[in-house]
Amino acid sequence: MKKLLSILAITLLALSGLTACSTTPKTIKIGLNLELTGEVSVYGVPEKLAAQLAVDEINAAGGINGKDVELVIYDNAYDSAKAVENAQKLVEDGVVAMLGSATSAPTLAIGPVALENQVLTITPSGSNAKVTMNGDVVNPYVFRACFIDPFQGLVLANFAYDNLSAKKAVVMGSNSSDYAKDLAKIFGDQFTANGGEVLQVGGDVSWYADADTDFSAQLTSIAALGDFDVLFVADYAARAGLIIGQARAIPGLENVAIIGPDGFESPSLNDLAGGAANVNNVYFSTHFSTLLTDTKVQTFIDNYTAAAGEAPSALSALAYDSMYMLFAAIKTANSTDPVKVRDALEATTAFAGVSGTISFDEFHNPIKSAIVVKLTDGLQTEAIVVNP
Amino acid sequence: MSQFLQQVINGLSIGSVYALIALGYTMVYGIIKLINFAHGDIFMFGTYVGMLSITVLHLPFPIAFIVAMAVTALLGVIIERVAYKPLRKSTKTAALITAIGVSFLIQNSVLAVMGANIDAFPQVIENRYYDFLGVRVNLIQMIIFFTSISLMFILQFIVRKTKLGRAMRSVAVDKDASALMGVNVDNTITITFAIGSALAAAAGIMVGLYYIKVYPFMGFAPGLKAFVAAVFGGIGIIPGAMIGGFSIGLIETMVAGYGSTLYKDAVVYGILILILLVKPSGLLGKNVKEKV
Repeated sequence: MKKLLSILAITLLALSGLTACSTTPKTIKIGLNLELTGEVSVYGVPEKLAAQLAVDEINAAGGINGKDVELVIYDNAYDSAKAVENAQKLVEDGVVAMLGSATSAPTLAIGPVALENQVLTITPSGSNAKVTMNGDVVNPYVFRACFIDPFQGLVLANFAYDNLSAKKAVVMGSNSSDYAKDLAKIFGDQFTANGGEVLQVGGDVSWYADADTDFSAQLTSIAALGDFDVLFVADYAARAGLIIGQARAIPGLENVAIIGPDGFESPSLNDLAGGAANVNNVYFSTHFSTLLTDTKVQTFIDNYTAAAGEAPSALSALAYDSMYMLFAAIKTANSTDPVKVRDALEATTAFAGVSGTISFDEFHNPIKSAIVVKLTDGLQTEAIVVNP
Repeated sequence: MSQFLQQVINGLSIGSVYALIALGYTMVYGIIKLINFAHGDIFMFGTYVGMLSITVLHLPFPIAFIVAMAVTALLGVIIERVAYKPLRKSTKTAALITAIGVSFLIQNSVLAVMGANIDAFPQVIENRYYDFLGVRVNLIQMIIFFTSISLMFILQFIVRKTKLGRAMRSVAVDKDASALMGVNVDNTITITFAIGSALAAAAGIMVGLYYIKVYPFMGFAPGLKAFVAAVFGGIGIIPGAMIGGFSIGLIETMVAGYGSTLYKDAVVYGILILILLVKPSGLLGKNVKEKV
């Protein structure tokens, strides 16, 4: 009898164990690991709001494969150690995938945790090229939704050649930053490959140093090159603003189109250019614009504004797209197994998001359209979608 | 040709800025033989005071200009009394090192208060362009040019024709003898610092108007260039600062315009080394043998 009882007990135990294993969770958990406080919370907070919006929408539409999505939210306060700790907690919480971080440094720290635990992570806006890498090879578990910085050089070269019908370009850039150097090189290569010509002023790029404030001598020499259609300035607003202002004062450069990367997008650009009146015929590339007329984008803008109380930024758009790409991958994989979801995400092709149509390249960087915004009297007046 | 003339205008504009800063350098050196390395930072401080007077206190531009000069002159006096006066009897190296210390102190204090952001100087003067002979000159360039020329004449007048100027010159020659003749040496030196610092503030506001960008480290590079300009023209000689400033501005612009922007600083500092080797007293300097 005793023996029988013990057998029964063991069987029950085993059965209960089996039941526990086969019980699938009622919800799909997705972790957020973002900078919600601290110096870069301006990046993390809109991403959280957008992720929340995406989750509310998908749940209202019946969830994914019949299951509701649940967010598990942790703040990393722009601290890499905290970000790693959060990632480990999220793994213990049994999330299917993680979203984060908004900036590159914490995302770089999360990479090894994602790889080790085989949990997919997607950063909406970490633009450092190394984020999706594990040494020299791609980190199979890390993806991003934003294009990386040098990619803008390519898009802008196409924009200059196709949309502005520019045949001759002059390239200026700071020789003190990788951002500028990569952009200048890629712009020049692509513009030449398209059939355009890059005019030479002391080398193929007219370099200057970060500390420079007087560009008049350089710009006067550039003006003396004669007719060219576009001036590409590979830099941030701190110098781009000054260059725009000073160029507009030089005969021959009053109206030339000046184009540049997302570094132009700064509230100080107009001030540094000596007033909004100087900022005309200026274009810059970015991830997202509220000026886009696409209905999908407009719906997103309306819903986001209603939920968050402010218009979405590029960061919100990228986080929103990241979430929907995850939803699509979970749906395609028809599973909550992180490895299967990862495989499905990697195979994403032509995903129609609010920040563009997205596919991934071999390094998990999206191949997507960029937005080029036109500035007239210092205001954003037009947004043009440019395909790579 | 018109490109060359335009480059000359560009060179004279930046040269005026160097000249304005160099005037303050050269004056202080002329009187107490101290290279005031904090001068570039006093210039930066003056720009901030001018900017805040306009943006925060909403003062009209001419009043903001005077306020900035007055406040900066006061800073100059405080620096002189606190940092340099106790060292007047020490070696020149001690004073020089203190000047570098003061430079970092001002830089980092402004950094702590204002943050590392780049601010934009309010554009209170509407810029206009004048085209002639295929060359374009703008209003602010002209204002800077004429301000630096007139300040040079005013300074020259003060030093050469007034009682204060006579006191300054006598202190420059021999402090002890001057004191015996009834010159208040301390006050003379203090006033020299006040004037030098007020000039730096004037230069700072000009730079703010012209280049717009204001940040805590903005004094470093122009301060060094102005020092080169002062040495070039003959340090301690007021018209020399002017000539040095214009020369450095023109050289720099020509290198940037016809060579590469990246070499302009190397050329300017190369010139400094050449001058120190060939004619250490500068263009206008006389070789005065020191009596032993």
